[in-house]
Amino acid sequence: MSIWEYANPVKFMRTSGAILPFAVAGAAACTLGGLLWGFLTPEDYKQGSTVKIVFLHVPAAMMAINIWVMMLVTSLIWLVRRHHVSALAAKAAAPIGAVMTLIALATGAIWGQPMWGTWWEWDPRLTSFLILLLFYIGYMALWAAVEDPDSAADLTSVLCLVGSVFALLSRYAVLFWNQGLHQGASLSVAPGERMSAVYRYPLYLTMAGFFLLFLALLLIRTRTEIRRRRLAALQAREMRT
Amino acid sequence: MIELGKYAGTVLASYGVSLALLAGLVWQTISANARARRDLERQEKNG
Repeated sequence: MSIWEYANPVKFMRTSGAILPFAVAGAAACTLGGLLWGFLTPEDYKQGSTVKIVFLHVPAAMMAINIWVMMLVTSLIWLVRRHHVSALAAKAAAPIGAVMTLIALATGAIWGQPMWGTWWEWDPRLTSFLILLLFYIGYMALWAAVEDPDSAADLTSVLCLVGSVFALLSRYAVLFWNQGLHQGASLSVAPGERMSAVYRYPLYLTMAGFFLLFLALLLIRTRTEIRRRRLAALQAREMRT
Repeated sequence: MIELGKYAGTVLASYGVSLALLAGLVWQTISANARARRDLERQEKNG
């Protein structure tokens, strides 16, 4: 069996329908469990109770970047193999990625105010995340603006390729420019920099929860797009007869 | 009761904003899917 079979809308609807209940249950259990566990962790000796924001900020930022990477892969599949489900999956993922980026920026600003003394700084990572949000908004606007779905998929795929530079930049900005307020990786494995297990395990659970939440929402939204596409095809056929 | 100390407002604002955004996304996803399914079923029945 080939992976390309899932590019068939009927096969995708059947398979995604079977996976969806497990993805929804896993997302609810891991996200709510992880956030509750994280909320009950003790205060940090330096950051006080603001350390609890890490359980929202890090998973959201992780997903903001990885969703764009997923969109890049599905856009490339569309450009090379012309599988419609692939283009629709990229379209379906964009609003989820935009919300994740917004959460990362909002929690970062709220956290930054007491810790850095400012809501915002034109720091490399913060700035590249803001540009990533603008790319998400531009991507969704382009899908909405172009009437022909194949042309929209072509144009948004090219935009996705360009935006990938900023997705990567937002991940590695701290390493490229050794300046700014934002710290390096939160889950560093370097000796002496490793996060305490008290915070690390609930963070892993929340990260798994955010990934499963993305998966569940992506499946539902892609199914919605496939139904809309089928509806448009039926209506077009009815108009012709 | 969980003690959040002097940063209670900061922590609660972060959780409030994030959960509101996630809830909005989930609601929009489910309602759009339900609408698309209903419209398609109606079209298939009538067509």
